[in-house]
Amino acid sequence: MDTLSLDLSLGLRSFDLELSLDVGDETVAIVGPSGAGKTTLLRALAGLARPDRGRIALGDEVWFDDRTNLPPEERDVGFVFQDYALFPHLNVRANVAFGGGNGTVDALLERFGLAALANERPRSLSGGERQRVALARALARGPRLLLLDEPLAALDAHTKSRVRSELRGHLRSAGLPTLLVTHDYDDAAALADRVGVLNEGRLVQLGTSAELIAAPASPFVAEFTGANLLVGWARRTADGLTEVELDSGQLLVSADEAEGRVGAVVHPWDISLARERPADSMQNHVAGTIESVVPVGNRLRVRVGPITAEITERAADSLALREGDRVYASFKATGARLVSL
Amino acid sequence: MNVRRAAFSAALTASTAIVIAFLLLPVVAIFVDVPPGQLLDGLRSDAAAEALRVTVKTNVIALALVLLFGTPAAYQLARRRFRGRALVVTLVELPLVLPPAVAGVGLLAAFGTLGLLGGTLDALGVSIAFTQTAVVMAVAFVASPFYIRTAIAAFEAVDPALLDAARTLGAGPGRVFVRVALPLAASGLGAGAALAFARGVGEFGATIMFAGSLRGVTQTLSLAIYELFDVDFDAALAVSALLVVVSGTLLLVAKLLPTWTRSPSTFLSGSVRSTSS
Repeated sequence: MDTLSLDLSLGLRSFDLELSLDVGDETVAIVGPSGAGKTTLLRALAGLARPDRGRIALGDEVWFDDRTNLPPEERDVGFVFQDYALFPHLNVRANVAFGGGNGTVDALLERFGLAALANERPRSLSGGERQRVALARALARGPRLLLLDEPLAALDAHTKSRVRSELRGHLRSAGLPTLLVTHDYDDAAALADRVGVLNEGRLVQLGTSAELIAAPASPFVAEFTGANLLVGWARRTADGLTEVELDSGQLLVSADEAEGRVGAVVHPWDISLARERPADSMQNHVAGTIESVVPVGNRLRVRVGPITAEITERAADSLALREGDRVYASFKATGARLVSL
Repeated sequence: MNVRRAAFSAALTASTAIVIAFLLLPVVAIFVDVPPGQLLDGLRSDAAAEALRVTVKTNVIALALVLLFGTPAAYQLARRRFRGRALVVTLVELPLVLPPAVAGVGLLAAFGTLGLLGGTLDALGVSIAFTQTAVVMAVAFVASPFYIRTAIAAFEAVDPALLDAARTLGAGPGRVFVRVALPLAASGLGAGAALAFARGVGEFGATIMFAGSLRGVTQTLSLAIYELFDVDFDAALAVSALLVVVSGTLLLVAKLLPTWTRSPSTFLSGSVRSTSS
């Protein structure tokens, strides 16, 4: 398995993209607002945009430095474009076979559930099907690096969560160093092992999504990293709610309907903290020890086990919270949205 | 208020009727003046047959040259952004608005025996003016902008992301051009070619000045009409009728092509789709 290592500088309209990053056998998501330089980063890696200076290498093969600048067709990259960029004049099979890999095309069509659609033109496919064609096409050449530009942005909210969980599976089974960019933090958290927050061309922070939520490096990161994503197994209960057994051992209850592997999305500001188990209308009381207390502006991010809560300093003072204290993190069943993974 | 609205509506309808009548009447007259049987006889005259042969030969060669050089040039102009690009595009379009007589003088001044390149060509033993080569050049000169303009627009309409996608799939620039850009621009290129061919077949002014009107050599159908019409008006009418049919067919092809290839399933309903895609 090769490691992508990049260190590049590229002038954009109003700021420079300055970034250095290593991507090993993992999926790294770069999140940031539109115009932060995310797409330019992917284009530079693929050879579609030329950095002003820096170095891009995959394993010991240098793609770009002072002397080298391999054209896109000589870099072993699989690129899934925003809106997928499928060739409208070719059917699904010809799209997937465009980059070669003749022996693997049938297997890929089968693996991505596209065999029955092999003779269809892209315009007659649904958004989720198009994404699978784009992914199969990108993998057909046997790339050593996978790049995805906003892979879920072209989908409507209804199909997005299903496609996201499919995509997660496909990325895992592809087993390639993968870099994806998105403006949606929840997508990044669900798909990636590590998340980097990009703002005005700079990587503000890089870490697991739990780390970013618990200890955001700046108010910008705090604002951008939306919600806790608590992963576990869901089952329906008799009273119409859903019970999720988290991988960390705790149980939580959600008003959403789901079964199987899910992520519970809980916003830090929807979580309250207490020293005693509160007797209130909230369904979820997760006990744990405080692992970190990080100030974000006039608020504090407090990490309790797998969950990060955001509370005011005044509230923290009145509870006299310290790292190592045992507390209850409480939130309503309606505050935990479930997404299938 | 209602009266004014009705009057305005009537004025619009009347204007439309006048425009259509004025533009259509001469075309209709060509067919009304000569019965169909006589039309065919007129086409069998030696002058007409020879002119048809010259026209087909010179126009096919000219169109082939325009496609051969114009297509890559249009791709280049559509894809590259460079200083002075607008100027280059405008220069390419200049023959569109240039009076044909000026084009004829220009071609003579450049390639004629006494022209700019005349000495050089003479030294090489080549004389162009008043040969079939001159017809080809005159046709190519006036017709190529019709093709190149349309071709630039057709290539610009190809989503650049598709070309980028092809590159990341291992295709070099040449393969991207052949396998992605050309097929996606094909309908536009076809329409442009049809327009250029129609313009070329009708070429008159530049040809008569640069190539003359030698029967069997440089006399095309348009030139034959001019020569025939005081000698044998019926033959002139017959040739004219043929050109009406050819031009009308080419116009129809140019109009239908973009619709056709873009949406095979919804044939003829493509004018709305083309703006959205």
